[in-house]
Amino acid sequence: MTIEKNQDDSFFRKLLHSQMIIPIAALLALVVFNLIADPSFFAISMGQDSAGNPVLSGQLISILNNGSELAILAIGMTLVTAATGGQDISVGATIAVAGSAMLAVLCGGNMRPEAITTPFIVAFIVGVLVAMLCGAFNGVMVAVFKVQPMVATLILYTAGRSIAAWINNNALPIIPTDSGFGIFGGFIPGIPIPTPVFIAAACIVVIFLVLKFTSLGLYVQSVGINERAARLNGLNPTFIKWLTFVILGVCVAVAALIKVSRISTINYQTIAADIEMDAILAVALGGNALSGGKFNMGSSILGAYVIQFLTTTLYKFNVASAALPAYKAVVVILLVVLSAPIVRNKLSALWKKFRSPKQTEVEVAK
Amino acid sequence: MNENHLVEMRGICKYFPGVRALQNVDFTLRPGEVHALMGENGAGKSTLIKVLTGVYEKDGGDIYLQGNDGAVSIRSPQDAQDLGIATVYQEITLCPNLTVAENMYIGRGHKRTENWRKMYADADAILQNLGIPVSAKQQLGSCSIAMQQMVAIARAVDMDCKVLILDEPTSSLDESEVEKLFGMMRQLKDRGVGIIFVTHFLDQVYEICDRITVMRDGQLVGEYEIEKMPRVDLVAAMLGKQMDDMADIKGDYTTYSGDDAEELVYEAEGLKSNAAVYPFDFHIKKGEVTGFTGLLGSGRSECVRAIFGADHVTGGKVKKSGKDTKIAKPLDAMKNGIAYLPEDRKGDGIIGDLSVRENIILAAQVLRGFMKPFSKAETYKIADEYIKLLDIKTASADTPIASLSGGNQQKVILARWLFTHPDYLILDEPTRGIDIGTKVDIQKLVLQLASEGMSVTFISSELDEMIRTCSRLVVMRDRHVVGELTGSDLNQNKIMSTIAGGEAK
Repeated sequence: MTIEKNQDDSFFRKLLHSQMIIPIAALLALVVFNLIADPSFFAISMGQDSAGNPVLSGQLISILNNGSELAILAIGMTLVTAATGGQDISVGATIAVAGSAMLAVLCGGNMRPEAITTPFIVAFIVGVLVAMLCGAFNGVMVAVFKVQPMVATLILYTAGRSIAAWINNNALPIIPTDSGFGIFGGFIPGIPIPTPVFIAAACIVVIFLVLKFTSLGLYVQSVGINERAARLNGLNPTFIKWLTFVILGVCVAVAALIKVSRISTINYQTIAADIEMDAILAVALGGNALSGGKFNMGSSILGAYVIQFLTTTLYKFNVASAALPAYKAVVVILLVVLSAPIVRNKLSALWKKFRSPKQTEVEVAK
Repeated sequence: MNENHLVEMRGICKYFPGVRALQNVDFTLRPGEVHALMGENGAGKSTLIKVLTGVYEKDGGDIYLQGNDGAVSIRSPQDAQDLGIATVYQEITLCPNLTVAENMYIGRGHKRTENWRKMYADADAILQNLGIPVSAKQQLGSCSIAMQQMVAIARAVDMDCKVLILDEPTSSLDESEVEKLFGMMRQLKDRGVGIIFVTHFLDQVYEICDRITVMRDGQLVGEYEIEKMPRVDLVAAMLGKQMDDMADIKGDYTTYSGDDAEELVYEAEGLKSNAAVYPFDFHIKKGEVTGFTGLLGSGRSECVRAIFGADHVTGGKVKKSGKDTKIAKPLDAMKNGIAYLPEDRKGDGIIGDLSVRENIILAAQVLRGFMKPFSKAETYKIADEYIKLLDIKTASADTPIASLSGGNQQKVILARWLFTHPDYLILDEPTRGIDIGTKVDIQKLVLQLASEGMSVTFISSELDEMIRTCSRLVVMRDRHVVGELTGSDLNQNKIMSTIAGGEAK
């Protein structure tokens, strides 16, 4: 075995072999498409909201804004996927549960309160605890009882929205607009960028700090790749798998805060409907194996924004919301096929041939 | 091609990113011969086999098969199977959740699996014919590894293969099973089947093979007839140098002679685990090398797993460096300065997709704590240090460990545990499936570590290896400790008679 180094250093090859290439390529394709179809897509203008505060508006802002919840969920979903080799399909339903709990605390049992009864932070903490509890439940099912993640989380997927309705006796509490609760899903007066963008950014910063300053990444990947070996290295796979579900629970609570704040109320059946599928798709789009193991957090998060970019693009071209999933599916098929290792290897080989036919021949002759 | 040859491979080349795995390799197989394919880890044996069986696509060269005009193209394992090339891999590649018969007929056309009664009858007949003591209706997963391997061979045999490839089939078999396998091979040989036999066991090569092809560093060294190739020359050909290492290496290292040489590093009394081993006592002194020996399944691995807390420990008293302690899980053992290199490298050792670097630091990182990760720069420094120290052959510290050869993977796992700076190191079959050069490296390392004051427990299936390294042997039979041998008792005869439980001669 002779080891050759320089051959691998081509920037393009490196990029082609990195996971990031998939979401980046998808993003570029969407950008180019929009540039050709209608460059005004990228226009950003300064407008005013109903309260007269200056706010930025435009499709790009809307993508960043509306993609926040998905990006936050993608963080937790990436960890769960990596550690357990399965996905949590209950995140949409648990958003309903956590959101409902937050509303119940804020309104104090009164469905049409004049003013909120408890500070935001208390409501948020209750929401976080409830969502963590849901995550812990899923985690116990998966890590301790070894139920397949899809089946284990099917329980809350089915029951979650009923539990959410039950928390408020099936009534829909409405937060008074003058309470200021709307800022989490809207704007902080005087700041022209939507608050969810900041919240998502904060979550992303936090997870990257955690990955840098703790061994979470190494432990989660080790458990996901080889559980038995991880255990013999002193890790506790059961705990680590459980922990990823609890972390996802925290992500769910943050997403729930944004969702509920956007409309100051809740619709148990439609809030965050199908968001779990988009969150899983974000992980897959990021080039992460859904069977677990190695992960790339940045790639997943980028994947989440690509999905939102796609959704917004489709809306822009007046695709009816009922037809949206079908269009999305076509794009997803394309992306997933292109990102399959078998296709990527072929592409990479093709590139090598195209790039340096002579060099390759010389090497064979050697 | 020569019409008398079964297989001819000419000028085979295969590249992997950054590595030339095969360069212009020729290989010839004649009918009715057992042909050993030998070489160190990373020599390219497995790659050559995988090219022949369609697992890898070759990047250059031609393959000719008897009865086919011109070069054949083998693009998938199915192609190879259709051309009469059957393979039995070291790791069982059958389905453990199916029955023996289903495993023998799966993927070979509908008709075979339509008539269930006939299928079971046929399978039983073949099994009986080959002397394999399993029932066709038994679930494969419930058979021992050796039996599973035999079933894999039976499957190959029944497919009327012309070429049978056995890729290290004997590494998990005990002696009587190896004999059975050889009987089977001789039977096939008489039918004119050409057998390619990949192994690390020299004795077996000289017992059964007719010809040897030696490879080194992805290149062909040569093809030899077995009678004209003395062992020493074969080893020299494989290593590419003259070799004096098979001699006694114990004398090269002094035994540890510090003031605390008599101190007991680890003591266990009545230790037992849920892995079906009877309670046993064990102790080890500072700087001592002890071994557990016994036949496969005698409980030697279960003993060391109980010491490390790898299995569920159900009872017994443990003292570490004289202090009472409790070891219920691997982390407890690690905190007590015990390190354990497991027997099943692939299943229990490597974290396949992670890099060499991450694999090296993992155990030490766990000991250091969740909140105190090594910085990236530190991990590179550590990894480079151990790659150099143990001479690990890898393209870089960032290469996934799964793409290394077996011996180098083992060195990485060894590096992982050495980096935790243990005072008691347990090595369970560290040399299995590893070439001679690396074997000797590991044996020397064990003796060197011991002379520096580390206590080592060493398990190996090869007795001479144990005799070369250990100063005390715990002998096991049927999950009981049946004896302890030291000093002049450490010789093949005495050990074997103790294992057998017969009257010592």
